[in-house]
Amino acid sequence: MSKPIYFDYSATTPVDPRVAEAMCSYLTLEDGRFGNAASRSHYFGWQAEKGVDEARANVAALIGADPKEIVWTSGATESDNLAIKGVAQFYAKKGKHIITAKTEHKAVLDTCRHLERDGYEVTYLEPEANGLIDLGKLEAAMREDTILVSIMHVNNEIGVIQDVAAIGALCRSKKILFHVDAAQSCGKTPIDVNAMQIDLLSMSAHKIYGPKGIGALYVRRKPRVRLEAQMHGGGHERGMRSGTLATHQIVGMGEAFRIAREEMASENERIRMLRDRLWNGIKDIEETYLNGDLERRVPHNLNVSFNYVEGESLMMSLAELAVSSGSACTSASLEPSYVLRALGRPDELAHSSLRFSIGRFTTEAEIDRAIELINGAVTKLRELSPLWDMYKAGIDLNSVQWTAH
Amino acid sequence: MYSDKVMDHYDNPRNVGAFEEGEDNVGTGMVGAPACGDVMRLQIKVSDEGVIEDARFKTYGCGSAIASSSLVTEWVKGKTLDEALQIKNKDIAEELALPPVKVHCSVLAEDAIKAAIDDYKGKKG
Amino acid sequence: MASYLDHNATTPLDERVLEAMLPYLKGEFGNPSSVHAFGRRARAALDTAREQVAALIGAHPSQVVFTSGGTEANNTALKGLFSGPGEGAGLVVGAIEHASLLAPAAALARGGVKVQHLAVDDSGRFQMERLDELLKERPRLVSLMWANNETGVVQPMAEIAERCAEAGVLLHSDAVQAAGKLELDFLNAGPRMLSLSAHKLFGPKGAGALVLDKAVGLEPLLHGGGQERDWRGGTEALPAIVGFGKAAELALAEGRERLERVSALQERLQARLKAQLPQAVIFGEGAERLYNTLFFAVPGVESQTLIMALDREGYAVSSGAACGSHHEQPSTVLAAMGVAPELARCAVRVGLGHGNSEAEVDGFIAALKGQVDGLQRFATVGW
Repeated sequence: MSKPIYFDYSATTPVDPRVAEAMCSYLTLEDGRFGNAASRSHYFGWQAEKGVDEARANVAALIGADPKEIVWTSGATESDNLAIKGVAQFYAKKGKHIITAKTEHKAVLDTCRHLERDGYEVTYLEPEANGLIDLGKLEAAMREDTILVSIMHVNNEIGVIQDVAAIGALCRSKKILFHVDAAQSCGKTPIDVNAMQIDLLSMSAHKIYGPKGIGALYVRRKPRVRLEAQMHGGGHERGMRSGTLATHQIVGMGEAFRIAREEMASENERIRMLRDRLWNGIKDIEETYLNGDLERRVPHNLNVSFNYVEGESLMMSLAELAVSSGSACTSASLEPSYVLRALGRPDELAHSSLRFSIGRFTTEAEIDRAIELINGAVTKLRELSPLWDMYKAGIDLNSVQWTAH
Repeated sequence: MYSDKVMDHYDNPRNVGAFEEGEDNVGTGMVGAPACGDVMRLQIKVSDEGVIEDARFKTYGCGSAIASSSLVTEWVKGKTLDEALQIKNKDIAEELALPPVKVHCSVLAEDAIKAAIDDYKGKKG
Repeated sequence: MASYLDHNATTPLDERVLEAMLPYLKGEFGNPSSVHAFGRRARAALDTAREQVAALIGAHPSQVVFTSGGTEANNTALKGLFSGPGEGAGLVVGAIEHASLLAPAAALARGGVKVQHLAVDDSGRFQMERLDELLKERPRLVSLMWANNETGVVQPMAEIAERCAEAGVLLHSDAVQAAGKLELDFLNAGPRMLSLSAHKLFGPKGAGALVLDKAVGLEPLLHGGGQERDWRGGTEALPAIVGFGKAAELALAEGRERLERVSALQERLQARLKAQLPQAVIFGEGAERLYNTLFFAVPGVESQTLIMALDREGYAVSSGAACGSHHEQPSTVLAAMGVAPELARCAVRVGLGHGNSEAEVDGFIAALKGQVDGLQRFATVGW
């Protein structure tokens, strides 16, 4: 079998060749830049430190931050853990209440669950049917002892963009710290941590053509946000995160963010055109639903439910396309997507969903091939589906007594 | 991830379709639920001698669920009702080399056989 | 190009490791958690790397949990255990541990855990009688490094493990400097948890592992996603992990060769040092040491000035551990060994690698001798 067509850019992206090239010059003895950036006594250490500094500036520039506000981590999961646990532990005397949303990434949700076991209280906001958080509900959830609001910028499954500027303004007015998981938004939609009044922002390299194993946390300096470190050691990253800096990974992330800053506008236009082409090619299939708001959404994402067809068998039919049902972390399980359930989608529509994510290397020909395959597969599987029969016979599936197992 | 046998049944499902439910010699079993991600409908056509002459299925579910029900339509054909009731989920799972997370598909297929036979017996009184 | 003699801080990537990593920066970019073909190929590569790392240290692949490096492995072992379901109180750590072990121990102490430090003798070996006393208090965990990053002193780990096992106390060991240089046999002898790092054994930065007996109850340090069988959340750093695997494979295959080559260089270095600068003090001289490490001081010659001068002459060495902090503090390891601060401030660490040559060793000694003579001349004229 030849390689499938990749439609899973939200799970991970290939490294941009320019990024790979930058990384490879920080690895071996030949290039002389493999050193430990903490080695302050020799050439090799300084070379590594220089690469790290340049990368830090590039990452900061994409989000309108100062380089001193960037803390390197091993990825967005660690950034989320550091931001949430770090704030919770540092400000525990001030309060132990945190607000987040049911549609957050597991890195945020599992961290919050862990804090609940440690005596914190967490409010999980239910989003509206389009996936967006209602500001009134957020404000209503805020309390005297609320220390942190953690809301993601762009959802990994449905791609909707939250109004983080409005949430940031609300948090600032209530003197509550605001953390944003921006793993899916960096390089896809503009971010300005000052205009949006964001205090902490989690970033990942591998979602935007950088390498896996590197991420960063933006930590505001004015007004200063304090954190309890989660990884203690040599005192790297101003004591907020210890561990030898993975120079080549950092350089790769810097290059990926530099490219994103320079090319985001033109790239988004192209990707939106491809996404619309894909949606136009499948939206007329009967009983097909788009999950999440179409307008307030990054152009890279299309999450669709094909009613009366089960998602996993659809993926099997679409073996020529690499797509996902639900997010990569959870798709090995049989549970329907918790994000779609939080939107109030019935379970059967959640079971029938696929996420198509489009990226830098997607072509028009690939989109056209996908449209052809999807139409064929849905038709084939509906011929096999007893639910489709019943729907066509006019039977209301909700009126049937199912033998749940 | 999927065995060759699952792929074969998935790509070329056997005995897809439906019989008229109203007919006396047809038993229909529908098991599972849309909310759980799989629904199987298995139908058997039984001769006067109590032998399953033919079978049909339609399944909403993953590849393993489709393959399990397709396989069952082949297995029940030519068997008496009692013989068909001897088909166990373990046999199905073994034949299709289902991984542990997919064993419930074979359970569902066994349930479908029982439900279809019950339905038939109910009609016959 | 300068001579790199600081392999205990980090190592250059082996070219063959780079070759192994490259496909995972290019076509093989899948997320190991994805179920499609890209994801499954990534998963297979992850499994291979896990087998390679396990083989190096004699563990079962299922016992290897990949982390972002040695620091994360040490933090997970300590903090994860004390927020996990186990019983017992108190923590014993070595007085000469790496900062990535001492700092989480200090964090636990701030949180109310009783932390005690096991002293070393003047050659850097743990005091075994003292260990026996501490074990009588039945601590929940003992964490003692296998080989020291500054002195290279190797601890009698089999004996330590035996005493801990007899006392029924869990043992963790930071084996970051030992792995790839010493034969480690996780399944049959030694600690029930080990910390490893790729970039100390000619692999890439950004990958490490915590190797553990699965009976040990740990709370993950990073929550979310359920990767690494729920031991460690976060998308796996596949290229770095593949590199770690390859580096481990090479360390295993070429271990004997490296040992012979580097030991000979070290002997030469030590002999020439003694011949040229007989006043030099070698730390941990009476103890078994890693075959690549020489930590010494020339009394009266402060290393800060010395190593900068050596760098200008093209020799990269250090005064001890490379740390994240900008503050220059005398080595805690030497302090624990009872070395006077004046002498500790003169410490120079040479960490050799199999890429180094006899000419580099000879050149280094010549440069060192020249600098020492020069600096001492300044000193005598009353600077």
